[in-house]
Amino acid sequence: MLALRVIVIIMLMSSGLWANLVQVGSAHSQTTISGGLEVTEPGDTLLVHSGTYQESGLKIPHQLTLIGRGKPIIDGNLSGEIITITADDVSIEGFVLRGSGLSHLDENAAVRFEESQGGRISKNIFEDNFFAVYISQSENCIIENNIIKGLAETESRSGNGIHLWYCKDITIRGNYISGHRDGIYLEFVEQCVVAQNHSTKNLRYGLHFMFSNHNEYNNNQFDNNGAGVAVMYSRHVDMENNVFADNWGSAAYGLLLKDIYDSRITDNQFTRNTVGLYSEACNRIQVEGNNFANNGWAIKIMANSMDNVFTHNNFLANTFDIATNSRQNFNAFNQNYWNRYRGYDLDKDGIGDVPFRPVKLFSLLTEKNEPALMLMRSIFVEILDLAESYLPILTPATLIDEEPLMRVNQ
Amino acid sequence: MIRIKGLHKRFGRLEVLKELDANIQENKITAIVGHNGSGKTTLIKCLLGLDKYDSGEINIKDYQLNGDWNYRNQIGYMPQIARFPENLTATEVITMISDLRAGSTTQAQELISYFRLLDEMEKPLKILSGGTRQKVNAIVALMFDPDILILDEPTAGLDPVSSSLLKDKIHNEKAAGKTVIITSHIMSEIQELADTILYLLDGKIFFDGPVDELIAQTGEKNLERAIAKMMS
Amino acid sequence: MTTLLKIIKYQLHDLLRGKWFIIYTAVFFLLTDGLFRFGGDPGQVSLSLMNVVLFVIPLVSIVFGTMFFYNSREFMELLLSQPISRVALFLGLYLGLTLPLSAVYLIGVGVPFMYHAGIMTGSYWILLLVGVSLTWVFTALAFLVAVLSEQRVKGVGMTIVLWLFFAILYDGIILFILFALEEYPLEKLTLILSMFNPIDLGRILMLLQFDIAALMGYTGALFSRFYGDLLGSAVAVLALWTWCATPVWLGYRAFSRKDF
Repeated sequence: MLALRVIVIIMLMSSGLWANLVQVGSAHSQTTISGGLEVTEPGDTLLVHSGTYQESGLKIPHQLTLIGRGKPIIDGNLSGEIITITADDVSIEGFVLRGSGLSHLDENAAVRFEESQGGRISKNIFEDNFFAVYISQSENCIIENNIIKGLAETESRSGNGIHLWYCKDITIRGNYISGHRDGIYLEFVEQCVVAQNHSTKNLRYGLHFMFSNHNEYNNNQFDNNGAGVAVMYSRHVDMENNVFADNWGSAAYGLLLKDIYDSRITDNQFTRNTVGLYSEACNRIQVEGNNFANNGWAIKIMANSMDNVFTHNNFLANTFDIATNSRQNFNAFNQNYWNRYRGYDLDKDGIGDVPFRPVKLFSLLTEKNEPALMLMRSIFVEILDLAESYLPILTPATLIDEEPLMRVNQ
Repeated sequence: MIRIKGLHKRFGRLEVLKELDANIQENKITAIVGHNGSGKTTLIKCLLGLDKYDSGEINIKDYQLNGDWNYRNQIGYMPQIARFPENLTATEVITMISDLRAGSTTQAQELISYFRLLDEMEKPLKILSGGTRQKVNAIVALMFDPDILILDEPTAGLDPVSSSLLKDKIHNEKAAGKTVIITSHIMSEIQELADTILYLLDGKIFFDGPVDELIAQTGEKNLERAIAKMMS
Repeated sequence: MTTLLKIIKYQLHDLLRGKWFIIYTAVFFLLTDGLFRFGGDPGQVSLSLMNVVLFVIPLVSIVFGTMFFYNSREFMELLLSQPISRVALFLGLYLGLTLPLSAVYLIGVGVPFMYHAGIMTGSYWILLLVGVSLTWVFTALAFLVAVLSEQRVKGVGMTIVLWLFFAILYDGIILFILFALEEYPLEKLTLILSMFNPIDLGRILMLLQFDIAALMGYTGALFSRFYGDLLGSAVAVLALWTWCATPVWLGYRAFSRKDF
């Protein structure tokens, strides 16, 4: 019996080395989180019991596991940052974090990782923070299953939900983000995975990518954001199985691409956006198997985009299917389904025998002369479009689907 | 009664009435005569305000025509060709006009039986014969007992019985103190009805005086010959 | 005034005997009802009806209006020899046609809307307003043409040309102007140009009611802001009213000088 106890103690000491459990709560010796943090050693676990802790400026300088039990609330009272982590392998779970300070000089976050490895933020609730999660110059972190709700005020008075800067190998999964400036913001980020998040009702973009190569995002839902999703100045981005919906407004996009190279956009849903997919100066993107339904413009592709391939997409009930600003086209459209297509299929191979021209003259005219939009839905415009579709003069001669599908691509 | 001074009317390049002066006397039947296109109907329409004359002056009783329409309360008009909204029945036309003028239809009822129209009153006007329509036309003109009657070819299209009924009616009206203006191509009819003749030629009055005087002047035996002589 | 009302009464009486009105009502009724039955929500139905309203109402009003005027010739002649003023007759004829045409439109579109959608949305009110306004404007133009032109064939031909101008050609001219003056800021100009065509004015007022207006970008935003506030709505209503009153007035002037 004694021998067994000795063995257990030895095992505990050797495994955790100095691993301790520090408890914080009204019933414990430590009643504040800052007090609890002071007595922790690297590798300890800080267990915080339910209650409201009016604390901010908490610094975590060494490895630590923070666990909230019974959803303890840490309220920063809008002064500065709540938790700043500068060590590796810090995990934060089960807290309600509220009120990081609004500032025009500092990007105050509820939780910030600074030059950290192996961090983890999971199952927390972030409420009314300026920035919620801010990770800079860090690697191998996981942000998952958090609920992040911002103040949703003006753009200049709110920060981003999840903000990554100079990071690598970060996973952002299963979060719900709303009411921030950008729901998720990535800048100079590599090899990240953004999956199964729901980013909605953010003031600007649901997801905003800048200068971030080799990333993928899939199975996310982006809806009702001020301007949709923006992916800019990046290479090798994989976008799969996402929903881009209800981004409706005079400058709103389902997905806005600018200077994107060698990327893939597959099996996404673009529904009820002013512009479903906007592409400017993008090269070698494979756009395949997406659904574009009920958008103002399904796709707007500027003439400086080249060698992009659009295939096996469905275009359903969009006001305009494709718009472009030039007679030139260096992209390939092949084997898509267009609900406007009125051709026939004599050999019954499922591919229409007559090519389809998805660019309406009117959409071309309005790209060149925006005020001409005042003629939208006018009979004159309908006639013009009809005439042009039979006798193309101004619309791009090569922007043509030679093999339009007869049936919706499942 | 009706004084016309310097009446001028043109339709485009066609001058129809040229400085026409005339007087139409009270309680007389005045016939306006002239060859086709001499301006008879135009003159009548000017009196009614249906045609707008270019210059000149028309006074009816003490009233000078200026576009106001009240004076038409004193006029009953029978146009040359009866024109009615085709879907209506004669009864509906009469009711409508009485309604519009806020007058009674009692006189109309008498006139309907006088012209023996009772059986035709409920039929749509478009299926009625020209003569029947002309009788409806006469009822419309007469039903408000106006002081002045303007009748443009009143007997045209009427059978002899109806024609004499109408002519009797016109005589009675005169006897009742009315002023009557009439046009007709049938000179015997005019000789029978009219007291005075206004002879229109080239948009002017060529002769204005009693029928007898015209016949006496030309030394012919009847009006038709007198007119023919005058025209030659 | 009472004479005017009586004339309207007899016009109504006469018109309601014709098949025209039943057909016109049925078309709107079946169309609206059908759009609902094929699964449209009130917004989509309004949007689909918009194209019909902008296309059909001006055409029917202007063509039917001239024909109606020509066919009322006998009625006019009969009445003008009676102690009735020409104003009362002209306005009576005009209202005697526009009132039933508007009523028929309101019933044909309104009844299916009420039992399918229940509540009336803003876009729906605008749809009704624009439909009725276009009826009045194009009937007025029809009367003007019919008064000025004695010959029926010429008159009906002219109305079709007028319709083509407002429904189609005018927009072509706008497009030409917009491209000819490409170098200049044109948003204000488009706003002004939209006032000079009742069909365009109606189309834009309606478009602004639908979320499709977001597609119109900056131009749309400018239109929204202008027509959205009190002054803009007043200007729009005034413009439509002017479009109706001017041809009625010109038509009456010609009518009052006309020989019958």
